Amino acid sequence: MASTTPADTPPAPPVPGPGSRSTGRLGDKVFLGLSKGSGILLLVIMASIAVFLSYRSVIALSDNEGNFLTTFEWNTAGDPPVFGIAVLLFGTVVSSIVAMVIAVPIAVGIALFISHYAPRRVAAPLAYVVDLLAAVPSIIYGIWGALVLVPYLEGLNSWLDEFFGWTYVFEKTEIGIPRSLFTVGILLAIMILPIVTSVSREVFLQVPRMNEEAALALGATRWEVIRLSVLPFGRSGIISASMLGLGRALGETMAVATVLSPNFLVSLHLLNPGGGTFAQNIAAKFGEANEFGRDALIASGLVLFVLTLLVNGAARLIIARRKEYSGANA
Amino acid sequence: MAKRIDVSGLSAYYGSHKAIDDISMTVEPRSVTAFIGPSGCGKSTFLRTLNRMHEVTPGGRVEGKVMLDDENLYGSSVDPVTVRRTVGMVFQRPNPFPTMSIFDNVAAGLRLNGSYKKNELAGVVERSLRGANLWDEVKDRLNKPGSGLSGGQQQRLCIARAIAVEPDVLLMDEPCSALDPISTLAIEDLISELKERFTIVIVTHNMQQAARVSDRTAFFNLAAVGQPGKLIEIDETDRIFSNPSVQATEDYISGRFG
Amino acid sequence: MSHATTGLKDHRPAPAPAARPSLSSRSLPRLAPLGFAAVSIALGVGVSLAAGWHSRTQWGLLSALIFLAVSYAVTTAVENQRQARDRLATSVVWVCFLVAVVPLVSLLWTTVSRGVERLDGYFLSHSMAGVLGWEASGGVYHALIGTLEQVGIATVLSAPIGLLTAVYLVEYGRGALARAVTFFVDVMTGIPSIVAGLFILSIMLIAGLEPSGLMGALALSILMIPVVVRSTEEMLKLVPNELREAALALGVPKWRVILKVVLPTAIGGITTGVMLAIARIAGETAPIILVVFGNQLINTNPFAGEQSSLPFYIYEQYKIGEVAAYDRAWAAALVLIAFVMILNLVARGIARWKAPKTSR
Repeated sequence: MASTTPADTPPAPPVPGPGSRSTGRLGDKVFLGLSKGSGILLLVIMASIAVFLSYRSVIALSDNEGNFLTTFEWNTAGDPPVFGIAVLLFGTVVSSIVAMVIAVPIAVGIALFISHYAPRRVAAPLAYVVDLLAAVPSIIYGIWGALVLVPYLEGLNSWLDEFFGWTYVFEKTEIGIPRSLFTVGILLAIMILPIVTSVSREVFLQVPRMNEEAALALGATRWEVIRLSVLPFGRSGIISASMLGLGRALGETMAVATVLSPNFLVSLHLLNPGGGTFAQNIAAKFGEANEFGRDALIASGLVLFVLTLLVNGAARLIIARRKEYSGANA
Repeated sequence: MAKRIDVSGLSAYYGSHKAIDDISMTVEPRSVTAFIGPSGCGKSTFLRTLNRMHEVTPGGRVEGKVMLDDENLYGSSVDPVTVRRTVGMVFQRPNPFPTMSIFDNVAAGLRLNGSYKKNELAGVVERSLRGANLWDEVKDRLNKPGSGLSGGQQQRLCIARAIAVEPDVLLMDEPCSALDPISTLAIEDLISELKERFTIVIVTHNMQQAARVSDRTAFFNLAAVGQPGKLIEIDETDRIFSNPSVQATEDYISGRFG
Repeated sequence: MSHATTGLKDHRPAPAPAARPSLSSRSLPRLAPLGFAAVSIALGVGVSLAAGWHSRTQWGLLSALIFLAVSYAVTTAVENQRQARDRLATSVVWVCFLVAVVPLVSLLWTTVSRGVERLDGYFLSHSMAGVLGWEASGGVYHALIGTLEQVGIATVLSAPIGLLTAVYLVEYGRGALARAVTFFVDVMTGIPSIVAGLFILSIMLIAGLEPSGLMGALALSILMIPVVVRSTEEMLKLVPNELREAALALGVPKWRVILKVVLPTAIGGITTGVMLAIARIAGETAPIILVVFGNQLINTNPFAGEQSSLPFYIYEQYKIGEVAAYDRAWAAALVLIAFVMILNLVARGIARWKAPKTSR
C-alpha cells in the first residue's frame, strides 16, 4: 500500500505538529483502506459471478444428454435431460440484429436532429425527453409491445409478406398473431433508441466548432458540414453507442418474454411466431423448473453473460481508442 | 476576380446583445485591409458578417447591407452557402479536417462544389499549395493527414484550402495568433503575395503586423464593456500609424490602452 | 517565391469558373417543406385507401417515402443537386425524428390513459389477497411495499460501496488495480439484469437460501453499484484540482480534504447519480422473478419470505390475461412510470440547481 501512495499523500513529513500528523496518517490509512476495499470488492463480485455461474453450469452440463450448443430442445425434467442453446442463440442474435438495423440509423438521425437541425429552443427539452425515455422500465415497453404494438403490426406483417415474401426472410408461412422475432426486434429497436441517441448526440456535440466552421467557410451546405466534419469525427462514437445498445438488446428479458410466443424451432421466416432468446427462456422456464432445470438455465445465462461481456468490452475499447485519437488532435 | 466590399449601416447581434453598431466602410479590391482594436470591440464579429458566418453562431443576427460589387450579401434571395464560397475565410487556429489527407483538405472545397474535372484536381491542388508557399514542404506526403503538420504549415494548408475555390475575397481572423514568429513571417509574406489576386481583410491584435502587411487600417473601439463595438476610423495604414485623426486611435496605437 | 508567381500566372486562365453564378439563385420558398408534407400525406393516404390497407403505420411510412421523393425531385428541379441533397438529408432527419416519436408517444399515452382507469386510493392501499384474476378488485399495496424495501436495501448497500469505489478511482487510483476496477465497472454496467438474478440464484442454490426481498436487493445492488460509481466518478472529476491543492497546502490530511472539500463540492451531482440509479433498478423485473418469487399478500419483512414488487406485479397481471388483470397491470405501470419519472425529474433538477456553472 505504501508503495502506491507516496505521491498522493500530503507532504506530511515536514509538518511539525506531531499530534495532528499521527491522526492524519491513521485517518488516511483507514479511508484509503475503505475505498480501496470497495474497489476490490467490485472485482471480487465480478469474479464470483463468473465462478458461481460456471460452477452451477458444470453441474447441469455433466448430466446433459444433448449437445449444449447444437440441440434444438429444452427438456430438463426428462430422464435423461436433453437441452441445448442453439435456438436461443439464434433468436437472441437475430432479434438483436433486427433491432440494430432499425434503431441505429434512426437514432443517428434523431441525434443529428437534436444536435444540428432542431431549433435551439426545441433541442434542449428534446434531449431531456430522450434521456427520460431511456429510463422507462422495460416491463412497460413489454406490456405496451404485447398489447398495443403486436396488434398494430399485423397490417405491416401481411404487407411485408405480400410484397417482400420473395426474400424468404419476410415470407410468412404460419398463420398467427405476429408474436415473432421480427416484432421483438422492432420493440427492442424502440427500447434502445433513447440510449443510442443520447450517446451519439453527446459525441456530435463534441465535434470541435472550428472543424465545422472550416467546412462552412468553404461554402458547405448543412449536410456537407455533417458529412465532412461531424460524421468522421463521430464515427467511433456511433459504433460504441450501437454496441451499448446491442448489449441491452441481447440481454433484454421482459420485453421479449411478454411479446414472443416461444417455441424451439430455428426459422429464418422472421414473421412466423416462435423462436426464443436466452433471457426470455430463463424467465419463462424458471417457474416450473426443478433444481436441475435451474442449473441448466444458469448455464444458458452464462453464455449470455459472456456474449454481453464481449460486446460491451468491444464498445469500451472503441471509446478508449477514440479518446486517445481526439486527444492527439486537441 | 477580386471584388470591392461596401458596407453600410451594419449592426450585429448575439441574441438581444448588440455586438457592433452601425458600421459603414469600403474595402478596396486587391488590397489588404487590417482591423485593429481592443479585445471585445467586435472586429472579429464584423469580419464574420462579411461572409455570413456570424449567423452560424446561435442567436447571431445582422442588420444592414454588405455589397460585394453590386450584390447585397444579405439580399433576400441570397444563399449564404454561395456567399461563403465567394468569400473565403481563414481562422484564428488552424483547422484542417482531421480525418482528411493534405490533398483532400485542399480539394475539399472543389469536391463540394462538384465543378471540377477529375484530371484538373491534382493541378488545382498543386497550384493552391504553391500559392500558399507550402508545396515544397508537403509534395512528398500529400496523402498524409493534415493534422500531422506543424502549426504554421497547418495554417498555410488552411489558406491553400481557402484559395483553391478561387474566392473573390479572403477573410483572415487573427491568422497568426497561434503561431511562432517564423511561421508568422511566412504567413505575412504570403499575404502580400495573395493581395495581387484577392481582396484581403485581416483582423489582428498585433499592430506591427497591421503596419507591415496592410494598405488600409480600420480601428474599432467600444465605449465600455457590454456596449456595442464601433468603427472609429479607417484610413491609409501610414496615416493611421503616423497621424490618426481621432485621439482614441492615437492612444490605442501608442499603447495607452487596450 | 518564384514557384508561387508562376503558379499564379498559369492559374489565372485555368479552371476559374468563368461564369460564376451570381450570389442569388433560384430558391424554394421557406415554407416549401410544409407544402411537400401536405402533398405527400394526401398522396400516401389516397394510395393506402385505394390499396385497401388498414394499418396506419403503413400509411405513415408510405407518406414519409413520398415526402422524401417529392422534396428531392422538386429541389433538384428548382435549385440544384447539392441543395437537393441537403434538403434530402434534412427531410430524412426529420422523418427519423417523427418515426421515433410515434411509438414513444403511444407508449406514454397508453400507459397514462389506461392507467388512470383503475388508479385510485383503493388500488394503492390494497393487496391482491383473495382476489381472483378476473375480478376487478385488488391493488398494488403489497408490491409497492416490496419495491420500496428492496430498492431501499439495495441503495443502502450500493451507495457507500459505489461512492467509495469512485473516490478510490479519482483520488487514489493509479496503476493496475485502478485500471482493472475501471474496466470492470464498465463491464458491470452492461450485465443483463437476468444474469445478476442468476448469480444470486446460484448462491442461493449453493447456500440453501430461500427467496426473499433481501435476495432481490442483492441482485439489484449488482446492477446499481456500477451506475453509482460511474456518475460519482464523473462528478468528482469536475471538482477543480486547485481546491484540493489549496486544502492540502494548508496541511489538511488527504482524507479530510476528500470528506470536507471534495465530496461536499460534488454532492449535488452525486445525489443525482444515486437517484438516477434508483430509478433504473426500480423498474427491474427479471431478478425479482428469479430470487424474490412474488407474492399475493402483504409481506413487510424483506429478510424472510417471498415478496412482490411493482414491475413483477405488472408482469404477473399481464400473464393472467384477463381484462381486469390488464387494467391492474396498466395502473401499476402508471404508478411505476410516475415513480421513475419523478425520481428522474427531481434528480435532474438537483443536478441543474447544484451544477457548477460552465460555459456550455
